[in-house]
Amino acid sequence: MQQLWLIPILPLAGFLINGLFGRSSKALVNAVAAGSVLLSFLWVVKTLFALGAFSGGLESTYVEHYYTWIQSGTLNIGVDFAVDRLTAVMLMVVTGVGFLIHVYAIGYMAHEGGYYRFFAYLNLFMFFMLILVLGANYLMLFVGWEGVGLCSYLLVGFYFLEKFATDAGNKAFIVNRIGDFGFSLAIFLIVIHFGTLDFGKVFGQVKDMPVEASPGWITAICMLLLVGATGKSAQIPLYVWLPDAMAGPTPVSALIHAATMVTAGVYMIARSSQIYLHSAFALDIVAIVGLTTAFFAATVGLAQNDIKKVFAYSTVSQLGYMFLGLGTGAFSAGIFHLMTHAFFKALLFLGAGSVIHALSGEQDLRQMGGLARKIPITCVTLFCGGVAIAGVPPFSGFFSKDAILAAAFHHAPWMYWVGVFTAFMTAFYVFRALFLCFFGEYRGHAHPHESPFVMWGPLAVLAALSLGGGFINVPKFLEPIFPLAAEGGDEWLMYVSVAAGLGGILLAYIFYVAAPSLADGVANSFRGLYTLIYNKYFVDEFYDATVVRPLVDGSRTLLWRGVDVEVIDGAVNGIGQRARNIGGFFKLAQSGYIRSYAAWVVLGSILLLIVAAVTGGLR
Amino acid sequence: MPPLPFPPSTPLSWYLGLSAILFALGVAGFLFRRNIITVFMSIELMLNAVNLTFVTFSYKLKQVDGHIYSFFVMVVAAAEAAVGLAIILTVFKNRRTLEIDEVSSLKN
Repeated sequence: MQQLWLIPILPLAGFLINGLFGRSSKALVNAVAAGSVLLSFLWVVKTLFALGAFSGGLESTYVEHYYTWIQSGTLNIGVDFAVDRLTAVMLMVVTGVGFLIHVYAIGYMAHEGGYYRFFAYLNLFMFFMLILVLGANYLMLFVGWEGVGLCSYLLVGFYFLEKFATDAGNKAFIVNRIGDFGFSLAIFLIVIHFGTLDFGKVFGQVKDMPVEASPGWITAICMLLLVGATGKSAQIPLYVWLPDAMAGPTPVSALIHAATMVTAGVYMIARSSQIYLHSAFALDIVAIVGLTTAFFAATVGLAQNDIKKVFAYSTVSQLGYMFLGLGTGAFSAGIFHLMTHAFFKALLFLGAGSVIHALSGEQDLRQMGGLARKIPITCVTLFCGGVAIAGVPPFSGFFSKDAILAAAFHHAPWMYWVGVFTAFMTAFYVFRALFLCFFGEYRGHAHPHESPFVMWGPLAVLAALSLGGGFINVPKFLEPIFPLAAEGGDEWLMYVSVAAGLGGILLAYIFYVAAPSLADGVANSFRGLYTLIYNKYFVDEFYDATVVRPLVDGSRTLLWRGVDVEVIDGAVNGIGQRARNIGGFFKLAQSGYIRSYAAWVVLGSILLLIVAAVTGGLR
Repeated sequence: MPPLPFPPSTPLSWYLGLSAILFALGVAGFLFRRNIITVFMSIELMLNAVNLTFVTFSYKLKQVDGHIYSFFVMVVAAAEAAVGLAIILTVFKNRRTLEIDEVSSLKN
């Protein structure tokens, strides 16, 4: 036994300690919050060493069974944890990046209220996220899945005194419910068709089934799983919650809405790869959803002025890339990108947080500028993240993005070209944000100051990982799970995508550093298009008009005033009213006058006397 | 002691008739008078009419039960008079009236 349960239990203990006793001392909160995650990380490393993951071992799944949770007929669901190489990658990313972000948050949240509450939630999130990646069946996965959704809600709405924050929290939670609805239906279908939820058994059974030529129930399972994944991983059509989720504190955006939770959908589809491989149709849909999301989110990112919004749309777009990788059958490339994205996007968010911290809460790019000299460490680390996400070789984003684009090209060349154009836009908008932030003249009014070591330390580590993370050969590591397709080296593909990335950076440099007037000129000459993407394609307004408003109005008029007031209240009140009416009739006899009662008594006794007289009395 | 002969000159029905008349007067007073004290006296009248019936039958049947009952009734009537008059006094103090229909604030 490797005592896998210790991995999630440590953050849970941190949650309990911080939640119950954290109010008394900040030092305790710091030590417990970061310490529990660090211990969890060390235990992951120790476990993976013991299982031989770093030395070519762990080729099959290692399972630990704790107890049987549900036993119903032939359905048997246990509380089981399992580790294979996919889980190993996820565990390292979640605990490793999670620890860095916890450390960073100690500095970032230092002046905030609700300090212990924040870290308690953050630890609870780590617990559920680890349950999610460790679970050995779909139900355990679902438990973690719902748990991280809850923590996301709590942390997005952390500043609960602000209306927009609670609204964003509600939005995140409700949109995710739609996805979870699909996920739970998929779980039911799996139970019906496989009679089990264990990953090993389900994938073992599906292996022997023929690939579906036309969409059947395997496709149905895949599509429903995809609905769940689009909710959690912010893909079209359910991505709308993620940009709003930036209302939460920045470390939350980095941890939950960039590095870990939003990748749960990618992980779930990669985990279910055996099922997906039996439905070409579903895989195509995954690829198309991913590609469309990547493209549209990137275009929206071009015109945002809130630094966190830029990175939020960038996250949506990069998640789209991961889905593209999964959909084109390059599961390992998708997971590779998941890992590198966790590094550089956590870095970008934390760096943005550092900028916001330096400017005492300012998030608008138009109020920044010229910060390179004032906060140099943040600037350097953010540019490390920038080159990583732009796909500049030899930094991490280049390797993973290149793997995905190569797979896309072998799947369908047009997907490759759209992907390359998206990569171009990605480089452009990220560097637009960085140039606007760090170059030119300072346009704001705050007094920028460099962040403390507790904040830039994690930034430096993440910067190193962003730069060098690409040399961790994740696809090779995942080969036992996702066999590598033997692909010929089309080297020109690589050159094109690198050129796209560099071109994006160059264009951003021209527009925002060399000749700033050009950008406004371009924006003016495409006024209509600019307005469209500046307003995010009016998708929120569209959903509001087509879904939210009809739902609210329908609930109000039909369900509330109609069904509730008329039917249910009507029935209940009606019964009471009838009882009143009947009682009212009998009430007439009870006048309340003693004399009238006495008169009735007298009349009655006279009547009895008459009866007695007529019948001859009682004998 | 040998039982006393029932006076033949006064038939049983006279006693009962007197009792019935007293009782009817009591009922009529209870039903038609408005003054609380009169109503109260009417009740006493009814009780005593019944007492008379008890005693009459007790004497006629040579049994002591009826006497005992009538003593019971007197005791109860005495207690009732004490409580009732106290209530009437308080009502008068508070309301300055003895009209029974005006003392109806507990109704409804």
